[in-house]
Amino acid sequence: MKDILLRILIGGAVVSAFAMLGELLKPKSFAGLFGAAPSVSLATLALTVMKEGKAYASIEARSMLLGSIAFILYAAVTSRWIIRRHIQVLPATILGIGLWFVCAFGLWFAVLR
Amino acid sequence: MKIKIDISALKRSKWREFAPRFFIGGAITALAGLIAKRYGPEIGGLFLAFPAIVPSTATLIKKREQQKMERAGYDGAERGRAAAAVDVAGAAMGGFGLIAFSLVVWLKLPEWKTPIVLAVATLVWFSVAFSIWQLREVLCRRVRAHRPNVLTHTLRPPVDRKAMGNRR
Repeated sequence: MKDILLRILIGGAVVSAFAMLGELLKPKSFAGLFGAAPSVSLATLALTVMKEGKAYASIEARSMLLGSIAFILYAAVTSRWIIRRHIQVLPATILGIGLWFVCAFGLWFAVLR
Repeated sequence: MKIKIDISALKRSKWREFAPRFFIGGAITALAGLIAKRYGPEIGGLFLAFPAIVPSTATLIKKREQQKMERAGYDGAERGRAAAAVDVAGAAMGGFGLIAFSLVVWLKLPEWKTPIVLAVATLVWFSVAFSIWQLREVLCRRVRAHRPNVLTHTLRPPVDRKAMGNRR
């Protein structure tokens, strides 16, 4: 329980810090880069190394590589849905998460399993 | 396009706008740990690149831009959606940086000290994301010379409220 609370606090703080940095920057396309900041990964990897060791965290980073490819697909497709298909922002960004799951787990199945 | 730091944006931001991102970010960090514990680091690692805050950030940008444009008398909905799409497209470019980040951590973590690996990986993330953004800017400038920008294209003329009142 203590570990979960610590993860919520550290993860939330790092994500908010990057979000705040994104708010300060212009133009919007540049600020958007911070939507893909390694905030969750920084918090998780630091805590994982402390608890499980470097080898374990390194395996997580290898899988993160596949998650990142899924992230690019998610963001590129969602952006097109919003601007070309005129889908509302919230439904498009939430529906796109399904695409992230399919792509991330598809890649994991094809490459790492 | 020049990069600017607008400190006054922090004054305009409300703390309650950061709250969803704090909790979603914290929840995903905790979830990634729990999934790794239950299904192993191969599956848990996928969630380190989960698009956790993209929906809330894009929705917030759309809302702000829409309100700003409507105050100026423009059609805010379309412009707000275009601004959100630009932000999400920016995240796609940042995603290439995430690939570089994970490569550095995967290959260098067993050899180097953890704080150094994470610092170098973050710098590499920014360098790759920034380079791709700059490359896109150069390409877009060339394209814009031949066709109108999507944002300019979606900007409708201001609504003439007086004329609309007469029509009623």
